[in-house]
Amino acid sequence: MRITLFILTLIMNAGLIYVLDTRKVLPVPLGVLLSPHEGIWQNAEAMDADQGGDFRFPELKGKVEVYFDARLVPHVFAEQEQDAYFVQGFIHARHRLWQMEFQTHAAAGRISEIVGEKGIDYDRNQRRNGMVYAAENALHRMEADPDTKAACDAYTAGVNAYITRLNKGSLPVEYKILGYEPEKWTNLKSALFMKAMTNDLAGFDRDFEFTHALRTLGEENFRMLFPEVADSLSPVIPSGTPYETPQQALNIPKDLDSAYYGRQPATGIAENQFKPDPANGSNNWVIAGSRSRSGHPILCNDPHLRLSLPAIWYEMQLHTPVFNAYGATFPGIPGVVIGFNQDIAFGFTNAGRDVRDYYEVRFRDRARAEYWFDSPWRKADVRIEQIRVKGQTTVLDTVPYTVFGPVVYDASFPGKAGDGKAYALRWVAHDSANILKMWHLLNRARTHDDYLAAISHFNVPGQNMIFASRNGDIALWQQATFPLRWKDQGLFVMPGYDSSYMWQGYIPMEHNPHTFNPTEGYISSANQRPADSTYPYFIPGQYDVYRGIIINRKLAATYDATPDDMMKLQNDNYNVFAEYARPILIRHVDSAGLDDAGRYYLKIMGDWNLNNDPEQKGPTVFTAWWDSLQQVVYADDLNTTEKPVLRPERFVLLEALLRDTAYRFIDDIRTPATEDLRSMVTRAFRMAIPSIDSLEKKGRLSWARNKNTTVYHLLRNATMPFSRQGILNGGGTHIINATTHEHGPSWRMVVHMTTPIEAYAVYPGGQQGNPGSPFYDSFIDKWAKGEYYRIWFMTEGDKKSGRVKWRMSFSS
Amino acid sequence: MKFIFAVISTALLAYAGGIFLPWWSVALAGFISGAWLLQRPGTAFLSGFTSVFLLWAGFAFVRSQANDDLLATRFAQLILKSDNPLLLVLLTGVIGGLSAGLGALAGSLGRSLISGKDQTAADTLEATSGASDQQPG
Repeated sequence: MRITLFILTLIMNAGLIYVLDTRKVLPVPLGVLLSPHEGIWQNAEAMDADQGGDFRFPELKGKVEVYFDARLVPHVFAEQEQDAYFVQGFIHARHRLWQMEFQTHAAAGRISEIVGEKGIDYDRNQRRNGMVYAAENALHRMEADPDTKAACDAYTAGVNAYITRLNKGSLPVEYKILGYEPEKWTNLKSALFMKAMTNDLAGFDRDFEFTHALRTLGEENFRMLFPEVADSLSPVIPSGTPYETPQQALNIPKDLDSAYYGRQPATGIAENQFKPDPANGSNNWVIAGSRSRSGHPILCNDPHLRLSLPAIWYEMQLHTPVFNAYGATFPGIPGVVIGFNQDIAFGFTNAGRDVRDYYEVRFRDRARAEYWFDSPWRKADVRIEQIRVKGQTTVLDTVPYTVFGPVVYDASFPGKAGDGKAYALRWVAHDSANILKMWHLLNRARTHDDYLAAISHFNVPGQNMIFASRNGDIALWQQATFPLRWKDQGLFVMPGYDSSYMWQGYIPMEHNPHTFNPTEGYISSANQRPADSTYPYFIPGQYDVYRGIIINRKLAATYDATPDDMMKLQNDNYNVFAEYARPILIRHVDSAGLDDAGRYYLKIMGDWNLNNDPEQKGPTVFTAWWDSLQQVVYADDLNTTEKPVLRPERFVLLEALLRDTAYRFIDDIRTPATEDLRSMVTRAFRMAIPSIDSLEKKGRLSWARNKNTTVYHLLRNATMPFSRQGILNGGGTHIINATTHEHGPSWRMVVHMTTPIEAYAVYPGGQQGNPGSPFYDSFIDKWAKGEYYRIWFMTEGDKKSGRVKWRMSFSS
Repeated sequence: MKFIFAVISTALLAYAGGIFLPWWSVALAGFISGAWLLQRPGTAFLSGFTSVFLLWAGFAFVRSQANDDLLATRFAQLILKSDNPLLLVLLTGVIGGLSAGLGALAGSLGRSLISGKDQTAADTLEATSGASDQQPG
């Protein structure tokens, strides 16, 4: 009897422990997670915790002192340059390790190791896009250069010095929730991080969609719906700037009509289902001393990325005997990425140029070992990808590599609506280059010439690299390796059996759009087409039209400006798209036929001040109405059961209607009647009203409540309590303050080129990635209000300053 | 008195064990205390539970107070769908307490198996001698 009881108790106890220790019963192992020694309570950082400490590492060559200010921004003072990178790696890891590893796992197509089989498609896509191949090529060049190799080696050693010190208790909470442990950092991971950014900024393509659209719409309609240059374009390089004639003549393939324009894909065509967010972009501008109150330039930059916690950026200062740079850094790579030193400031916006083309490859047989190229069969290189899957056997994926690059889609990986044909990818991101060298040189650049030497190392993702110096120079260069294209090359899928369709070279750097101390006294870029149609190269891309228009309009009227004016401009909510589009809606709607609700919302939109301010209801009504108009105008013409379908961009319909209200796509081809603009605008409004009405009834019609700005934790829905929801701020698409629901200015910076430099910055996050730290999301409220922190560009003399909140010291 | 002694010794064992062993060593701590200190099985469970409940919940409470409940609030929302961080502190205590309590219960039952002694006898001894902190040989 007693023995039965004893055994029963033992079984109960073992059962309880099992339930609390495994992930098979509960989604998280509560025993491990809540235990004092191993669990999350170890991550509950005391509000007054000492953020400093003394550390000794044999890898260090000299002493390093780190001074943290009250915002937990580290100011690193190193006696030896390499030691600064070691400490940068150590501190990045201390505050952001899980994020660094998660992002580079994602880049390498290793998410299945963490989340199991639901990650396999994503991982295969990353592998087949050659992300690891690209990172290896970059690493090769990075390690061939003694400067960048030393920087990466030191950085990697610093990250690993931190990882080695970790124990079960001090692991970041995400490891505890997901149940794995960090592996050692490597230089390859830094390269992978840069390729992840490259994919975010230069990973978009529309080749399949365009091929499909050309076939279903015909050439004339295709050109109308997907024009290369917008009428209202306000280019980065002002119109009227003369361009040099290209030196290299291109050989245009002879069978374009049949083999290129006339291609007839049998059924469906592959579609890239893991595209980067099209809103990835940025604003930057610089005004010369002639337009500022102080007589010194002011440089501004705000990169628009998906907002996340932990944030993509980490703020810090690196001070060494050879350079002293401050700004936004990427946890994952050494150096300062957007910022300034004591002489110059630098910033970036995305060029948005198309640097990805697809070629249809004809394999000899299903083995995919040989493909037809010019004459007989050519052997493909083969890369066997091993995708480890949590709780399952490893997935093997054989990826053939052609002269163009990896075969992304084929019968084994057809894409969302693929036809099973093989498509190889030619992508500049696969070409080896040492882009880290650019930042290495920028961090220590003193002059415009230094800046030019630095940016020449950059190949992808194409950026508008903006520059200002304390001596008064301002400049911008759109820099990357951009392929030379004959007209229309790369818009559509190309034949992969004919070498005459390959890229024939690259645009020389000196022909990339650029400007230096222009007479206008300002330069700006906002992801628009860099140059007007007189630029003598064919440069397709994914461009915004309206932010460029409003920034240039505002800057042209800017005189006597202060940093405060520039901060206001970065937070400007004026909707220039609506300025052009609203009159069309109001003029053409049949208001007599509207009911009470319709007249009410029409009045709201008519009274709207054209600012996407938080409390305004006009932007919500306008956006719903315009999107509804797009839908009713194009749905019939683009109506097809075959995928993929691409909707024309907003500017296309707006510019067409500004040109001619009798636009050919207005008529609904499914009805016998001929519709006019009046009936379509009214129909669009009537269709939009139910959703507008339901928002109004829920009290969510105001722009901020409708938009519900959210900074998601990187695990998104799995960890919603780690996200920040319901941030009430303005902004939106086509607006300088580009904040949408979960996307927007990920770093705002204003640098006044005085002596010493006066700078301001803020980002929607916090320095600590730990959700149990008071520094986890500490900047978000200030960011949402459009406010900034005055940057403390610390000097040697400040070391005793009361602004030093915590100290870390490192020695060997 | 003996109950308090059991609570304190189990807590000490549990804390020390946690430094070197996985979290479930609290059950081991309970077992050892249960087998070592002669207690009625019910009392053994209660002392094991109380001990590690206080240890775990107390630790969690102190850490969370110093942290303004930032982490506990987020995890209470994540795990318990509740905005109350104290619930997570309580859950922490209950999990540790249950594991240790069952361990102590098993220890106590096991001890009585081996010694062949009836627990009531031990209780009588305890009651008559009044030596609650007496260590049985």
